[in-house]
Amino acid sequence: MADLRINLAGIESPNPFWLASAPPTNSGYQVQRAFEAGWGGAVWKTLGEPIINVTSRFAALHYGGQRVMGFNNIELITDRPLEENLREMEETKRLYPKHTLIASLMVEHKREAWHEIVKQVEAVGVDGLELNFGCPHGMAERGMGSAVGQHPDLIRQQVEWVKEVAETPVIVKLTPNITDIRYTARAASEGGADAISMINTINSLMGVDLDSWLPIPHVDGKGAHGGYCGPAVKPIALNMVAECARDPHVGIPISGIGGISTWQDAVEFLLMGASGVQVCTAAMHHGFRIVEDMIDGLNNYLDQRGIASVMDIVGKAVHTYSDWGNLNLNYKIVARIHEETCINCNKCHIACEDTSHQCIDIVRDERTGKEKLVVREEDCVGCNLCSIVCPVEGTIEMVEIPTGEPPLTWNQRQAALAAGKSCGIESES
Amino acid sequence: MSVHREQTQTSASLEANFAEVVPALKPKEAIDEANRCLFCYDAPCIKACPTSIDIPSFIKKIATGNLLGSARTIMEANPVGASCARVCPTEELCEGACVLNHASKPIMIGLLQRHATDWAIKNRQVLFQPGEKNGKRVAIVGGGPAGLSAARELARLGYAVTVFEAREKAGGLNTYGIVSFRLPQEISLWEVQQVEKLGVGIRTNTKVGIDVQPQELLEQYDSVLLAVGMGEVPRLNIEGEELDGVLDAISLVEETKTRPLPDRMFGKKVLVIGAGNTAIDAATSSKRLGAGQVQILYRRTEKEMTCYQFEYEFAKQDGVEFRWLVAPTRIIGENGKVTGLELMRMELGEPDAKGRRKPVPVPDSQFTVETDFVVKAIGQTRHVPLIEAFGLQHHNGIVAVESGTYRTSDPRVYAAGDVIFGGGGTDAMVVDAANHGVRAAQAIHAALSEQRQTV
Repeated sequence: MADLRINLAGIESPNPFWLASAPPTNSGYQVQRAFEAGWGGAVWKTLGEPIINVTSRFAALHYGGQRVMGFNNIELITDRPLEENLREMEETKRLYPKHTLIASLMVEHKREAWHEIVKQVEAVGVDGLELNFGCPHGMAERGMGSAVGQHPDLIRQQVEWVKEVAETPVIVKLTPNITDIRYTARAASEGGADAISMINTINSLMGVDLDSWLPIPHVDGKGAHGGYCGPAVKPIALNMVAECARDPHVGIPISGIGGISTWQDAVEFLLMGASGVQVCTAAMHHGFRIVEDMIDGLNNYLDQRGIASVMDIVGKAVHTYSDWGNLNLNYKIVARIHEETCINCNKCHIACEDTSHQCIDIVRDERTGKEKLVVREEDCVGCNLCSIVCPVEGTIEMVEIPTGEPPLTWNQRQAALAAGKSCGIESES
Repeated sequence: MSVHREQTQTSASLEANFAEVVPALKPKEAIDEANRCLFCYDAPCIKACPTSIDIPSFIKKIATGNLLGSARTIMEANPVGASCARVCPTEELCEGACVLNHASKPIMIGLLQRHATDWAIKNRQVLFQPGEKNGKRVAIVGGGPAGLSAARELARLGYAVTVFEAREKAGGLNTYGIVSFRLPQEISLWEVQQVEKLGVGIRTNTKVGIDVQPQELLEQYDSVLLAVGMGEVPRLNIEGEELDGVLDAISLVEETKTRPLPDRMFGKKVLVIGAGNTAIDAATSSKRLGAGQVQILYRRTEKEMTCYQFEYEFAKQDGVEFRWLVAPTRIIGENGKVTGLELMRMELGEPDAKGRRKPVPVPDSQFTVETDFVVKAIGQTRHVPLIEAFGLQHHNGIVAVESGTYRTSDPRVYAAGDVIFGGGGTDAMVVDAANHGVRAAQAIHAALSEQRQTV
């Protein structure tokens, strides 16, 4: 049994799986049920001046027979009185002292307002604070949420205000609705944040009803952009986590959020620099009990590799993530099709023929009279497209072809050219 | 077909005949199927499983590649879960309850269960650890599904457990009584091994009542669990039963579980008497041993047969023929060997207590058919002498137990599996025996823990 405990900027948790601040953490009843189901922590649904919500609120993207590939919502922060939330938070922490309870906060751009709410939530015994600078809808129009998260200066200033009074670690939750998240992550770090969490939801329009011509979802005939999340956003979130993890100017722990549905997703985030993960959509889709496989799967993964603690894998893949200019231009792979498992759907052929480099031929086998697919390796650029479209796992393998050339990156090549060296490098015509 | 089989039959092709007939799921098939599961809350499949395996959870784990966790979820609830993946009548249990029956088609739960447990077998996983020793000792009589399940559970709770098994190997029905083409022996033996790895001592070739006396067990152990299965096939009590060529279905199936396979049925005629699942197994085994013609004889009709529908279909596909409303009256032989069977026609009379119409002989309807083998599959006897040696209350060999605790009339003795099953209208299933075993173990634990507290 591996040690699944994590420490995120001083916040300890029995396992890396937290519920993100969202509908599942709206009340003490829900958070206590989640802790019973095995979740290590929960970020309570954002506290602030209670708002009025609309109906309807949620929509989902179903794709190819799979439900909830993507999800969005136009729900806002808590619509329950602060005192009620605080009372339930205190009770929850008392009943589950070993579980992690984080307060998510969002208030207007006022130093006193931040001071006041920080003191109030710390008084009920939370383990940390998460400043919500990410919500893209509703609150942003009022100058909060992602309206702050899109301005490094505002982030830095508000974090500073919080840090003036906070006694527990401060996590800053960032919006992905920005060109380069590293700038806001750095601002949070400069302001004194103990950690950052990402990503909040992405601006989205889930769909348009083909009959009524109304946006999905709509509120009495009108829609508004919602915050997109779920499995579909995972690659976007993972990139942002990795970019921040490898940025020396950020330099603080990360809580990973965005489409994490399985223990495997979690391992990816951990390897790419997250010290823990937050989950929402998967819990909304399947209930809190999905955490059982997340914990079990993660534990088995670590045990099978002889890794004693989950913290030992945090950030272990960050050094493999770099800039395009640092990739080896002399590395070559080609596709190889395993005839014995190929089912002859010929999808690889047409993908290559129409949209890639025309190097997969349909060849008639004279002996059997059957067609088979053959890669002309000299023309293959190793783009992966054929192996991506192939429906049979392992049938198209991308194999390394030794080029005999020493590794050479674009940056090295340009540096060499600038230095007037030829060293076998030909400039592009 | 049968002629062809007769001419080409060799020992090697016999081996092939006894290879598992239902193919395993291919890896992609398993993933596709796992992802099709809705992960229902409070799922009806769990409720339909006697051992209450958390089916949506083990399927979810297959979908996420957590095969170790999946196998553990299965085996946790059912210590013979790998065997049950193959022998459970899933369409009557989990798959029959699947909500997708109403929307598309049910999830292939049995095959997914097999996929996960096969992974554990192939990867030599030891799924459980023994509990901290609590100083108590439990003897289990019988190493079949019920006994093994109880042993597994008790060992995890810290008991020193000894299983007394009459045969050479443990596993009971799963090891010896289910045809290899449905359940290969190595699956059952892996389950035995899982129990042994928890430190459970399995004393094979040891008959309680002969090699060890019940009294010794009662003196040396804190509790005894009686989990003996069923006995032999009873006698037909007709003339000619001692002739060479008269076999009983249990021994016939057992013979096909040991190698090399016998070749004495090549091209021969076989008559199987009875129409339960064991009769089907005997008939299909005979066919696969190379018999030219195999007929099942039953004194009632198709409607009253006790075998599962899928077994019936399977037998027909194997070329087994069925003859209804006939009962054997005399086995005919020459030079000590079976040559024919005298039968009498029957008709259905009044319904009996269970509502099944009773077969009544048609006067003067005897006729004779030629045959080389007569296979008896008319039920099994019970271990009455052993039950009486323990001094337990029973009804026709069915031990009386307290509901829920599996405690017998002797408070030190519990009973589980076939020895308490029967009398009702349903079949005794492996999965039920496993459930009995687990529950009996929990009851023993509860009783012995209480005892310890009061001492």
